[in-house]
Amino acid sequence: MSKQTFDLAAQGLRELNSTLHALNGQTNQTAWDIINPKGSHAIAAGLDAPIDVTVHGSTGYYCAGMNKHATVRIKGSAGPGVAQNIMSGAVIVDGDASQYAGATGRGGMLVIKGNASSRCGISMKGINIIVHGNIGHMSAFMAQSGNLVVLGDAGDALGDSLYEARLFVRGSVKSLGADCIEKEMRPEHLELLAELLRQGEADGKARPEEFKRYGSARKLYNFNIDNADAY
Amino acid sequence: MTSEFPHTPPRKSYTFSDAVNAEIRRAAATGIYDIRGGGTKRFLPHFDDLLFLGASISRYPLEGYREKCSTDVWLGTRFAKKPIHLDIPVTIAGMSFGALSGPAKEALGRGASAAGTSTTTGDGGMTEEERGHSKTLVYQYLPSRYGMNPDDLRRADAIEVVVGQGAKPGGGGMLLGQKISDRVANMRNLPKGIDQRSACRHPDWTGPDDLEIKILELREITDWEKPIYVKIGGARPYYDTALAVKAGADVVVLDGMQGGTAATQDVFIEHVGQPILACIPQAVKALQDLGMHRKVQLIVSGGIRSGADVAKAMALGADAVAIGTAALIALGDNDPALEAEYQKLGTTAGAYDDWHEGKDPAGITTQDPELYKRFDPVLGGRRLKNYLKVMTLEAQTIARACGKNNLHNLEPEDLCALTLEAAAMARVPLAGTDWYPGKGGF
Repeated sequence: MSKQTFDLAAQGLRELNSTLHALNGQTNQTAWDIINPKGSHAIAAGLDAPIDVTVHGSTGYYCAGMNKHATVRIKGSAGPGVAQNIMSGAVIVDGDASQYAGATGRGGMLVIKGNASSRCGISMKGINIIVHGNIGHMSAFMAQSGNLVVLGDAGDALGDSLYEARLFVRGSVKSLGADCIEKEMRPEHLELLAELLRQGEADGKARPEEFKRYGSARKLYNFNIDNADAY
Repeated sequence: MTSEFPHTPPRKSYTFSDAVNAEIRRAAATGIYDIRGGGTKRFLPHFDDLLFLGASISRYPLEGYREKCSTDVWLGTRFAKKPIHLDIPVTIAGMSFGALSGPAKEALGRGASAAGTSTTTGDGGMTEEERGHSKTLVYQYLPSRYGMNPDDLRRADAIEVVVGQGAKPGGGGMLLGQKISDRVANMRNLPKGIDQRSACRHPDWTGPDDLEIKILELREITDWEKPIYVKIGGARPYYDTALAVKAGADVVVLDGMQGGTAATQDVFIEHVGQPILACIPQAVKALQDLGMHRKVQLIVSGGIRSGADVAKAMALGADAVAIGTAALIALGDNDPALEAEYQKLGTTAGAYDDWHEGKDPAGITTQDPELYKRFDPVLGGRRLKNYLKVMTLEAQTIARACGKNNLHNLEPEDLCALTLEAAAMARVPLAGTDWYPGKGGF
């Protein structure tokens, strides 16, 4: 097994993604370095193999979109929609992430070592997201399932119209969105949080007891005219 | 003495009609807007207001039962490595599993495949019923992303990025808790029995520049194989079509306000959007101005009922059409044979639109096993195939009468309008004149 290097500036996006798609789990080329990403969009989108990909630099929109099985590490910051609709595997961003990080993710893990912008975890459907810094407004909007862990602060309208996703925030929450409430942190949540912090490379940075848990009040699950003022 | 004077008969207000007053009373009693399925029920200028001129001395016709008139269409020829080839230009519009039963989706696949055309998923992901029975399946990419996954993207034949739909341009979806069975809930990653709101905007892109990047991502994930459609509601068709083309669409799907929905507020269905007759010329103009007419294909929908409608839509510049409501009626929706059951639901055949309640006696718009097992997907598929074939034969009949050996050769010059409104919207001359409102020189 040898480490493969791909120069994106020289070889182009189409060549990169078709090369990575062709691996399809039947390969000994399991480690890839992508150099000169220069903010390109859709880098390593649609991977479907248990490979390790390291992007040396910052990425544009939708890096590692719809990822399955692969581990993608971004040695820089990520543009909008990083790891959107991820199915499995992991995406780790060493820097900051722009809007919609982990949007609609259905599984796997997204780790953001810096801050995440607005709408982090929007409509998430099973993904685990661990943000070492802060997250912006409208994060976890209509989040369905999965876990969002924030070591820093959360912006306005956290968890608006939330379904069954669990939100853990260590710092302040500027405001909660419609139907999102603080909930009791029970032992099973502390246990879960400890595991998520470990997986998210944050176990030395925070203790589970320092977090508060937020979830859905479930008052808006079936339309009731008496709740119309909530919107 | 008073009896000598004529009595003024009771006179009801046009403004405050019985229907209006009933709705006021209903709103006052319930405190909630009316939700229903289907499309607009109001009168609108439509294809009925257009006529074909036919051939005579200046143009000669083709023999009705002998001479070839092609009906096939290629979709997605702009960028996709694997464009779609359909035998007929009538496709089945997106309708979700959830809104429709599994057997109904199967019937759509069976009927469409037998007739040589495509079906489309909906806001709930791809089911085995429809993938298995659809030779050509278009996979919708919706704001909710319910069930979205790369495997289904890759086993689809085309991808349709849904920006809007004609019944509710600017609105999201709604599937009320009554229809959220275990299977529907599981496909959508949500608890059983709760109302499912589908967002009106996509979660990870906003404007046309973002859409261009989103389309790039979808192409990369699918290795540039699949045609990518962009579906828009009839809001601002000129600009929306131009922006979809700019964003890289292979196909634009344009849905007028007659297009149906599984469930939305009645006020939205009846008061937002434009009739398809007004939408088509605007979209065609946008394509022509960009030099992309026939290069980016245009599929139109919303109130298509017959081969005449198909031919008129194509004469105005569409490459193909899509049907939703008409397909459901072909399957058996609102059939007078079920009148006794419609009466029990407080309605009548032809008016039943409470699809969101999941009590459809035809077994089509329901998730209740007792109801949907009444529906025979094999028979339903056969009925749909028959209907699609009839529409195609009708369109061919008209095209031959206009001297065309291909449905795509129909043109606006084959048409005239019966009303000023239709002339203005369709941009074809009022019958007996060479003029339409808005045409230069007046």
